[in-house]
Amino acid sequence: MIPHSPEGLRTKPTFLERFMKGMLASCAGLSILTTAGIVVVLVYESAALLQEVPFWRFLADTQWTPLFAEKHFGIWPLVCGTFLTTAIALFVAVPLGLLAATFLSEFAAERSRRIVKPVMELLAGIPTIVYGYFALTFVTPVLQNVIPGLASFNALSPGIVMGIMIFPIIASLSEDSLYAVPASLREAALALGASRLATVLRVVIPTAFSGVTAAVVLGFSRAIGETMIVAIAAGQQPRFTLDPRVPIETMTAYIVQVSLGDTPTGTLEYRTIFAVGLLLFLFTLAMNLVGIRLRRQIVPGTL
Amino acid sequence: MSIMEHIEPRTAVAESNRIETLNLHAWFGSFEVLKGISMAIPSNGVTAVIGPSGCGKSTFIRCLNRMHEVVPNARATGQVFLDGSDLYDPSVNPAQLRRRVGMVFQKPNPFPTMSIRENVLAGLRLNGARSHAGESEAVVERSLRQAALWDEVKDIQERPGTSLSGGQQQRLCIARCLAMEPEVVLMDEPTSALDPIATSRIEELLHELKRRYTIVLVTHNMQQAARVADRTAFFYIGELIEYGITKEVFTTPAKKQTEDYITGRFG
Amino acid sequence: MLNRPGAEALFRALCLVALTIPLAMLLVLLFHTFSEAYPRISWEFIIGYPSRKPALAGLLPALAGSFYLMILTGLMALPIGLAAALYLEEYAAPSALTRIIEVNINNLAGVPSIIYGLLGLELFVRAMSLERSLVAGAATLALLVLPMVIITSREALRSVPFSYREAALALGAEKWRTLLRVVLPMSLPGILTGLILAMARAIGETAPLITIGALTYIAFLPDSLQSPFTALPLQIFNWVSRPQAEFQVNAAAGIVVLVVLLMALNGLAIWLRARLQRRVYW
Repeated sequence: MIPHSPEGLRTKPTFLERFMKGMLASCAGLSILTTAGIVVVLVYESAALLQEVPFWRFLADTQWTPLFAEKHFGIWPLVCGTFLTTAIALFVAVPLGLLAATFLSEFAAERSRRIVKPVMELLAGIPTIVYGYFALTFVTPVLQNVIPGLASFNALSPGIVMGIMIFPIIASLSEDSLYAVPASLREAALALGASRLATVLRVVIPTAFSGVTAAVVLGFSRAIGETMIVAIAAGQQPRFTLDPRVPIETMTAYIVQVSLGDTPTGTLEYRTIFAVGLLLFLFTLAMNLVGIRLRRQIVPGTL
Repeated sequence: MSIMEHIEPRTAVAESNRIETLNLHAWFGSFEVLKGISMAIPSNGVTAVIGPSGCGKSTFIRCLNRMHEVVPNARATGQVFLDGSDLYDPSVNPAQLRRRVGMVFQKPNPFPTMSIRENVLAGLRLNGARSHAGESEAVVERSLRQAALWDEVKDIQERPGTSLSGGQQQRLCIARCLAMEPEVVLMDEPTSALDPIATSRIEELLHELKRRYTIVLVTHNMQQAARVADRTAFFYIGELIEYGITKEVFTTPAKKQTEDYITGRFG
Repeated sequence: MLNRPGAEALFRALCLVALTIPLAMLLVLLFHTFSEAYPRISWEFIIGYPSRKPALAGLLPALAGSFYLMILTGLMALPIGLAAALYLEEYAAPSALTRIIEVNINNLAGVPSIIYGLLGLELFVRAMSLERSLVAGAATLALLVLPMVIITSREALRSVPFSYREAALALGAEKWRTLLRVVLPMSLPGILTGLILAMARAIGETAPLITIGALTYIAFLPDSLQSPFTALPLQIFNWVSRPQAEFQVNAAAGIVVLVVLLMALNGLAIWLRARLQRRVYW
């Protein structure tokens, strides 16, 4: 019963062992295939679009009307819409997130941290459609009482709600890097006679700077890619403006708009969503790589 | 090297040398841990390997069952003969050889998801051996008896392996190893994590086991080597300094380094 | 100025306010939604079918669709994700290729979900001619949650101490058997928890499903893998987009059901984890 091999020691790893290893490796390789698939799909359709619409028309126009009879292909309105809402979101999330992170890391008792962290994860786990509904049916009406001339669809309302949505990301990642600042640095500052506030503002936060930047970058990336909040509350009117009170359209909302309609495959309109998707993918890819790079620098403990 | 002074010539008693290493080198990355070890370990009996921390004694026995290479960036060269077959021959499947050369670790590690009984049978299950209930029972009882654990656990075999005390867990690991009916049992500081009473129980056990098994025991406790080992090898910074009958090594060491270590001048 | 007494207390208060504002907004959100939804929540609503009249509209096809999607997505994502995690954690030697795969997975975790929708549209719906079916939707969502499953499974595998792998190898077991019989059973709680969280993420996703063309007005239950479908967030989106105020109430009610479902899933993950953890006595 004891499986001492009759051939002695001279048997190679069984076929099964090598087979399993191969299967597992190919599953890991699937992730590369996914990225390749995304790139191929986006580039393929965008290239087909570029054959019909020359590249300069994307840059030289300030209107985006590929669905109308008179077609303009300027990407600026969509890009503006995306960045306007993202900027508002960051304007909300970065100060709140950084201050909250500072509180959790420097001032809060261990017990508070244990309660707050799961609650923040809860915030991050809420489906974005819920946030979208909230922006349209609560935030916009409330703001309309305060800001005259605020349209029912605008950039301000979804921007603020997106800020709430990415707040946990920025707060959590910033808190990690603040917490990772060695106690010895804090002690050194205090031993020199600095107050606790001065220590936090002048020593801890600057030391954690790259980690905080990583958090902001990753929050930025998340906001750019956000779809449902803006699709519901920001409108479907591409507009080359920085006015947060009027309807606009973001890159992601445009893709939704076209997908909801009956656009046949292979048409120009169909291809435009891939071109916009490609642009979106490149933005978020750049941001993600920067963010991952920054975080890898701080997480091993080297500041 | 003058290790030859304490080793019987190879030709005369080649048959009774269970394990023989020839020019065994081992590295972690670019750091050479073992610098050419050649020694012969006879069948049956306990051979102890002693030396200060970092001398390579753990690495040495891990080379005997090719566990050393499991760690990333670790490698070994040279030859290790088990009854005349070179374990480092490229055609050898390490998993196979580990069924004949078993190992007990410093920290007892019974599998947490298995009962006492399942732990004893773990080696067989993991190797895909099939057996019917009667055979399994016989194996479990035999192994637990050999590990001097049967009387204590025979009525609680279904309890988790980790519900036992530290010393009992280590004897369970010994039983698990013996269930494979290995020819050689390697022990890497098996009692250093245990209290003195558990330690002495295992040392008693070793006196019984060495009649049937070839045991190679790494220990940082010289008194333990003196108590249980028939032969003792002294390692220092990756080299085999002295090797011979335990009593001789401890009372009349040939090398100054051996003497310094034994008398506690360093280590 | 920073060293003035009171400055620290002021700053501390400011930070605390910053922490509570979003949490307060969350509470307002939940309260607003639940109070709006109140008139519509009823058993008829949950098991009813959609209708042009808001008061008669129901959730059943959407619930069924979400349920099937969740199961299918889990069935697709778990084997592949676990296999990839096993390879990366247990077999792969540190090398340039391994590093690329890891960076790639981290990056994929950050790709906007609508991009996965575009991939699904071109690959599953068009190229593989799966049309806007349940299986196309599930495959798209599976790709979306795959990085999450891989990352959480790797963490679970990593939490198993190396000594148990050593013990198994020293008994002469081949590597895959040590993984199957020793490492996986010990890491199962973490793996399953990660899977359930991934499935929870999948039910909340709207954008990829819209992009692959899932219809928002479906008045029947899906009867096969190839059948068209709708899902809970899609139905909510459909209602939110209608101008009539009555439909907004439906949307709120749909959100309540969705949130309750998510809470149940998270609760299940926690319970399952505690239950399985008891089998592993460390």
